[in-house]
Amino acid sequence: MESAQPKAGEVTSTPEPVAELSEITRMYRMGEEEVLALDGFSFTFRKGEYWAIMGSSGSGKSTLLNILGCVDRPTGGSYRVRGHEVADLDDDELSTFRGAELGFIFQSYNLIPQLDVLENILMPVMYQDEVPEGIQERALGLAKRVGLGDRLHHRPMQLSGGQQQRVAIARSLINDPALILADEATGNLDSKTADEILELFDELHAEGKTILLVTHEAEVGRRAENILRLKDGNIESVERGAKRHGEAADAQ
Amino acid sequence: MRSSSLARAVRLGVSSLLLHKLRSFLTTLGVLFGVASVIAMLAVGEGASAEAQDQIRRLGSRNVILRSVKPPQVGDEDAEMRVLSYGLTRDDFERISETFPGVEQSVPVLQTPAEVRSGQLLCRPRVLCTPHLFQSVTRRDLFSGRFLTEQDEASRSLVCVLGYEVARFLFPFDTALGERVKVGEHYLEVVGVLHSRIPVGTVTLDPSSEAGGEVFMPLSTGRAYFGERQTQMRSGSMDIQEVQLHEIIVAAERDIDVPVIAAACRSMLKREHDEKDYEVIVPLELLARAEETKRIFNIVLGSIAGISLLVGGIGIMNVMLATVTERTREIGIRRALGAKRKHIVTQFLVETMVLSGAGGVVGVGVGLLIPWIVERTAELETIVEPAAPIFAFGISVLVGIVFGLYPAWRAANMDPVEALRHE
Ligand SMILES: Nc1ncnc2c1ncn2[C@@H]1O[C@H](COP(=O)(O)OP(=O)(O)O)[C@@H](O)[C@H]1O
Ligand SMILES: [Mg+2]
Repeated sequence: MESAQPKAGEVTSTPEPVAELSEITRMYRMGEEEVLALDGFSFTFRKGEYWAIMGSSGSGKSTLLNILGCVDRPTGGSYRVRGHEVADLDDDELSTFRGAELGFIFQSYNLIPQLDVLENILMPVMYQDEVPEGIQERALGLAKRVGLGDRLHHRPMQLSGGQQQRVAIARSLINDPALILADEATGNLDSKTADEILELFDELHAEGKTILLVTHEAEVGRRAENILRLKDGNIESVERGAKRHGEAADAQ
Repeated sequence: MRSSSLARAVRLGVSSLLLHKLRSFLTTLGVLFGVASVIAMLAVGEGASAEAQDQIRRLGSRNVILRSVKPPQVGDEDAEMRVLSYGLTRDDFERISETFPGVEQSVPVLQTPAEVRSGQLLCRPRVLCTPHLFQSVTRRDLFSGRFLTEQDEASRSLVCVLGYEVARFLFPFDTALGERVKVGEHYLEVVGVLHSRIPVGTVTLDPSSEAGGEVFMPLSTGRAYFGERQTQMRSGSMDIQEVQLHEIIVAAERDIDVPVIAAACRSMLKREHDEKDYEVIVPLELLARAEETKRIFNIVLGSIAGISLLVGGIGIMNVMLATVTERTREIGIRRALGAKRKHIVTQFLVETMVLSGAGGVVGVGVGLLIPWIVERTAELETIVEPAAPIFAFGISVLVGIVFGLYPAWRAANMDPVEALRHE
């Protein structure tokens, strides 16, 4: 099931949902003022999909990603991820869930400076209650896969930005997550390096991983299978793969 | 699994602390000095009190010692030569030894201010005239020969026993036994040498002072040949005193008799003497007072050590709070990647304990070094109780826990989103 994912755009049957959001609101209170960062947002992300989440600054992209990543809780509505109702999980359960089921990739890489490459990749495993068999080999395999097989004991400071982001990607994959969440993952990189990272995402997508990539760059968004545009905390438009690929063909 | 995750936490803590070597080092100093001072002060204090207790015990814990004291108001220095008469009397001694209950033995001591010579060598030790019972009551050990006997007392023998220091001074190369020494105007034969009261070799005799040196002769001999008048030349003028007995050592049968005897002696002397020309020394009371002094000393020490550890702990907390703020983002990352609150608490608590524990270990080292140096340079006795370093180290770890809890709690309760956004 994992591996036999049909190529995007040629879907015949609907894949199972990974993240289901219904009527999600997220309100921030700034003194007297109330800001609705998300305003009744409903959407379902399904297994194997690769989404670019786009929108102007302040449209609620990061807020959405934080809620999807279970680091933030909605003030209203229901969020089910992998069949769990997030509101029903307590802080400890949510932490374990994040480590086991979600992979985070940040704009500024966010590696731990005092740990080396291998230790950084193994970070999410450290906080799981059980350490899976052969995790060291898996970490080594991932390091090789992202092209850092010869830099296992380097500290983040000794790596370039692109290399650091590769470590972060390897880290996000260590627990074989149900959902990969990337917030402006290429925002700090030059276009050539960004391209390499996006190629990695393409590979992951081809393997059937579910990827949500927040970006404000049209260039980056175009690489994704689907595009979800936000405006003022709600959906502006949804562009599914088939149609978009057609457009892209027209443009060329 | 459990122990390996703790080992990993400690290793991680160490590597985080090593990122800021100087800061970590400076932070540990407070605890380091706190721990070192606890150990060092305890060692010096224990040593001093052990020495004091030892001295008191040497007086004999079952004894009550009565001493003649020259009353302060008498003795008009310019007055024409006159005899100053004061102190304990033979009647006092009779009353004690015959009527007091619970007395095992009582020993009178008469002191005579004679010089002691052998050939060219001259010294002025305390010359004590006392019966044979003196040795057993004061628990003095014999170095060689014998002590005075009942026979000596009965026959007013011209014999004497030297204290170890006097023997060494007068006969540096030879045994003193069988030699004759001149005490005042009379020749006495040395029949024995007593062990020093102080561990051998630590005090050398100063020939001009009485400190340390002792010569014993039978009381009857003393009375017969030297009398009860002590004549001394002092800066040209003659100083004549008449004291019947300089000291009476009363040995109780049991420990519980000591306070009773002491009270009886005090009231008897008060009744019989118009002036306070005596003092009553009760080693048992001194011992109790020494214990009390030590207790107070320990409280003061404990407070000082407590304050320095408190200050050290506050320093550590201060730095850990700064560290937590500085590493807000790291905390956010760890939380996002699956760390529970307890993991963050553990991480920072372990880090604080590594800091204070390191301070504790080095502090124990320094704390053991100080008494060692004091003993060699100041010639003070120090005692390091085996429990002291363990206790001090334990306290340092405890300081780490107590002062690490709040920063760790702060770290664990950060909002992950806020923490991740932190620059
Ligand atoms: N912690 C916060 N406190 C108050 N307002 C916030 C906070 N985070 C986001 N917002 C507001 O919510 C809205 C959406 O923000 P965000 O999700 O960061 O947008 P984007 O990532 O698309 O730029 C903005 O108006 C922003 O000002
Ligand atoms: Mg944003």
